[in-house]
Amino acid sequence: MERLNEIKLKNAQIAWRAAQDIEEGSYVNLGIGFPEMIAQYQPEGRDVIYHTENGILGFGGAPTKGQEDWDLINAGKKAVTIKPGSAFFHHADSFAMVRGGHLDLAVLGAYQVAENGDLANWSTGKGGVPAVGGAMDLVHGAKRVAVVTDHITKDGKAKLLNRCTMPLTGVECVTRVYTSLAVIDIKDKQFLLREKLATVSFDEPQTVTGAKLSTGKHVIDLSVPDL
Amino acid sequence: MDKTVDNLAAAVSLIDDGSTVMIGGFGGSGAPIELIHALIDQRTKELTIVNNNAGNGDVGLAAMIREGMVTKLICSFPRSADPRAFTDLYLANKIELEIVPQGTLAERIRSGGAGIPAFYTPTGFGTEIANGKPVKEFDGKSYVEERWLKADFALIKAELGDPLGNLTFRMAARNFNPLMAMSAHHTIAQVSKVVPVGKINPEQIVTPGIFVQQIVEVLNPAQEEDLNQCKTYYPEVVN
Repeated sequence: MERLNEIKLKNAQIAWRAAQDIEEGSYVNLGIGFPEMIAQYQPEGRDVIYHTENGILGFGGAPTKGQEDWDLINAGKKAVTIKPGSAFFHHADSFAMVRGGHLDLAVLGAYQVAENGDLANWSTGKGGVPAVGGAMDLVHGAKRVAVVTDHITKDGKAKLLNRCTMPLTGVECVTRVYTSLAVIDIKDKQFLLREKLATVSFDEPQTVTGAKLSTGKHVIDLSVPDL
Repeated sequence: MDKTVDNLAAAVSLIDDGSTVMIGGFGGSGAPIELIHALIDQRTKELTIVNNNAGNGDVGLAAMIREGMVTKLICSFPRSADPRAFTDLYLANKIELEIVPQGTLAERIRSGGAGIPAFYTPTGFGTEIANGKPVKEFDGKSYVEERWLKADFALIKAELGDPLGNLTFRMAARNFNPLMAMSAHHTIAQVSKVVPVGKINPEQIVTPGIFVQQIVEVLNPAQEEDLNQCKTYYPEVVN
C-alpha cells in the first residue's frame, strides 16, 4: 500500500490522461472540482466545446485576478471567460442538452464505482448536508460517462467495488474509470484493466480493488508526463 | 399598461407569511439580492423557498435563512463557500430540506409554468431520489415520474425590462430566472435598467412580459460575491 501511494499518479496526471481521450468536436461537461482540471490538458489543436450546466457552452479558462465578472461563472461558481462562439441559455435548455443525449461526454469524480457501472458521488450517507447538483442528470444524459479518481480512499479503502455502499448517483452509467494506477473500462458488468502504470505488477491493482479486475492480453502501460 | 413599481419595499409588499417563493440565481449570478433584502426588511415568515442553492455568507438568501424566515428549502445544492446559515439550522432540525437534482428542479419549475403536471425523467432512477415515486418503462428504459413545481411569488433578476415586463438577461445570470418567471403566480423582477416600451428588440426578449407582473429598477445591482468579499452582513447591525 505504501509503495502504491508513492508511485501513484497525481490528480493533474489523471486529468491529463483523461484529456487525451476527448475527441475532436466533442461537447463535454466536466464535474466540479477535480474533473475541471481536464480542460487544462486538452491537446493542442483539438477543438472541444465545454458545457457548464448553469448555462454556458464554449466557455474558456479563468480570467486574470481582478477581472472576474460574477455573472460569468461555471458550475463550481468559479469565474470563467467566454470565447468566440459561446452561447448562454437558461436551465431548462441546459438540462435538455444533458438529458436529451446531446453531450458526448461527462467526466465526474467518485466516492465509489461498482463493476456494473453504478456511481456514488453525491452523499456519503453518513449525515451532514446532502447536495446533488447536476450529477444525477449528467450520468443518464451524456453519451459517455467517465470517472476520474484516486484508486483508493485516503484511508486505504477500495473505491472500485462489487457494489457501491454509499447512496447512488446513477445506475449502470460509468463506462471508463481513470485512476491513479490504471485505466479501467466497464463492460458486461466487469472491470477490464486497459492500462496500468509500468511500475506496478499485474496483481497489484487487484489488491486495492474491491471487485475482480479482468486482465486481457491487451493491457498497455499507462504513461503520463511529469506534471 | 405599466408594471413598474417605484421602490423595492412596495414590490415585495404583497408577499405574505407562509408563501412559496421562487428566487432566481445560481450561486450569486442572477440572484436578486436587493429584492431579497427588501423581503428581509419586511420580516415575512414561514416561507417555502425554491432556489438552486442555500445562500452564501451573510447576505441575500443566506441572510434570509439565518433570520429564521424560511421553514422549508427546495434546492439542488445547499453548499457554498460559506454555507453556515443553512447548515447550522439544518443540523439543528430547524429547517426542512427537499433535495432535487438540478435538471429535475429546472424541469419541475418549467412544467409548473407550462401547465404540465408531471413528467418522466431518467434522472434519479435507482437512487433514493426516486423513493416513493412512480417508475415507468419507455422503449426499454426506466424513468421516474416527477411533479410540477409552482409558487405564489418569484423574485428574479434581469438586465433590461420595459413597462410591459419584457426582459433580457445578462450572460449566465439567466439560469433559473426565465423559468421561475413562468411558474410563479406573481413574478417580481428587479431589472438593472427600465427602458421605454419598444426599446428592446423583440428578437432579443428572453422572457415575454406575459410572465411578469411587476418590475422594479435597481441600478448597479450588488453581486453576492462582491458583498461577501467585503464581509457584508445583512441586515446591518445597528449599535
